[in-house]
Amino acid sequence: MSWLTKTLSSSIGKKVLMSLTGLFLCTFLVVHLSGNLQLFYKDGGYAFNTYAVFMTTFPLIKVISYGNYFFILFHAFWGLYLEYQNRKARSVRYAVVRNSSSWSSRNMAILGTVLLVYIVVHMGDFWYKYHNEPLPYVQYRENVVTGERMFAEMPSSYKQDVKKVEISDLESGTHLVIVKDLYKEVSVAFQNPLLVLLYIIGMLAVGFHLYHGFQSAFQTLGWNHPKYTPLVRGISTWIFAILIPIGFAAMPIFFYVKHLMGN
Amino acid sequence: MSEGNMNLTLKVWRQKNAKVNGNLETYQVAGISEDMSFLEMFDVLNERLVSEGKEPIAFDHDCREGICGMCSMYINGRPHGPLEAVTTCQLHMRSFKDGDTIVVEPWRATAFPVIKDLVVDRTAFDRIIASGGYISVNTGNAQDGNSLPIPKEEADKAFAAAACIGCGACVAACKNASAMLFVSAKVSQLALLPQGQPEREERAIKMVAQMDAEGFGNCTNTGACAIECPKEISLENIARLNREFLSSSIASTVA
Repeated sequence: MSWLTKTLSSSIGKKVLMSLTGLFLCTFLVVHLSGNLQLFYKDGGYAFNTYAVFMTTFPLIKVISYGNYFFILFHAFWGLYLEYQNRKARSVRYAVVRNSSSWSSRNMAILGTVLLVYIVVHMGDFWYKYHNEPLPYVQYRENVVTGERMFAEMPSSYKQDVKKVEISDLESGTHLVIVKDLYKEVSVAFQNPLLVLLYIIGMLAVGFHLYHGFQSAFQTLGWNHPKYTPLVRGISTWIFAILIPIGFAAMPIFFYVKHLMGN
Repeated sequence: MSEGNMNLTLKVWRQKNAKVNGNLETYQVAGISEDMSFLEMFDVLNERLVSEGKEPIAFDHDCREGICGMCSMYINGRPHGPLEAVTTCQLHMRSFKDGDTIVVEPWRATAFPVIKDLVVDRTAFDRIIASGGYISVNTGNAQDGNSLPIPKEEADKAFAAAACIGCGACVAACKNASAMLFVSAKVSQLALLPQGQPEREERAIKMVAQMDAEGFGNCTNTGACAIECPKEISLENIARLNREFLSSSIASTVA
């Protein structure tokens, strides 16, 4: 075995792979949340829909997104493999156990499995439909003088070969953009209370998973220092376990409440 | 020993040897003094079992003052019982109430097979130490201590790590039966001091390799080990072991 395979197949090396892929997925969550906050704009989905075009066409983002899919799968299945090994390390269980560790830290594999199921459903809801199903198109007509933007659904028979059609008509002073209406898809999907509930459960799992996961990743990399560890733990708790899951969960709740109020 | 007045129900793991299955047996013990240590309470029970012509309960013990690391009982779901920073021999019956039911099990880890009853085979730890937990010392006169300047803080950290008695409570407490706290203490105490430098890189690599070969689980940083450790070995040591192992693997030519 080369030194590299030897290092990565050791118990610490295996944990480093979990740590690095986990931290990558944490940065993904930050980007994903900041982009999706555009769902809250009152612009008929213009910002969100054009952002979706950018995210699925910009080459650098596409490359990173394939890395992201791979890291999600790797992190999930490598984690399950480690859990299997860890269970094997205690072949006879205790009759009585009084735990002194945090609930999150003991249930990373279960939380991760919930997350994997959530991610499959989530990608089926939006990613798969955006890529493979004929979503309706929407056109945004902007008056370049006043900056006023009108939007209108395209007829269901309308199709275009590119993700975004952009026409500037200087004579009439309008700027026309036609894109797939993923925003509509999102707002309709979250009219279903069961889906909203599933998303809230998914975000609870994210919160508990990252309450332990984010700071644990630093410990695995050897990053434990009286000057920085309190900061890492603070970020783990307040940003990754609380702020980010709440930000994501606010989206299905927002659309569901909007639907209940009749718009 | 003064006659006490505590009456207890004990559920103790009985297992003839590593090859057969064991089970929890229930014993009633009466007249226990609250000043007895937990092991003395077992002595009382064993005296009775012997006088009744029954097989006494096998358990590990040696110094009975918390420094040898032999006692190893998993009491009511916690290694070394309900107190923190003590070994089983330092646990006294005043930590329990009259009428309590106490469940006593051996350390549970695939790498620590049961020898008999509450006695487990912890030679896996010895093999980890033999793989790299040593320093090389030239023969001749000992060097003048003052010629090796060591910052006080480093000396304190090394001393704190060296307090590990190798009892295995960390493995017993860990949900993964990981030996990382033990190995990290043994690597740290030497990595922090000048005497440990010559073998520093290969030590981390060899001891981790031996730890893995023994079948201990992977550390998931739950922190249960440090909470249950009778010598309060800190999790900082595990981070140091990670640094030692990774930097030795990546940057040195030893591996």
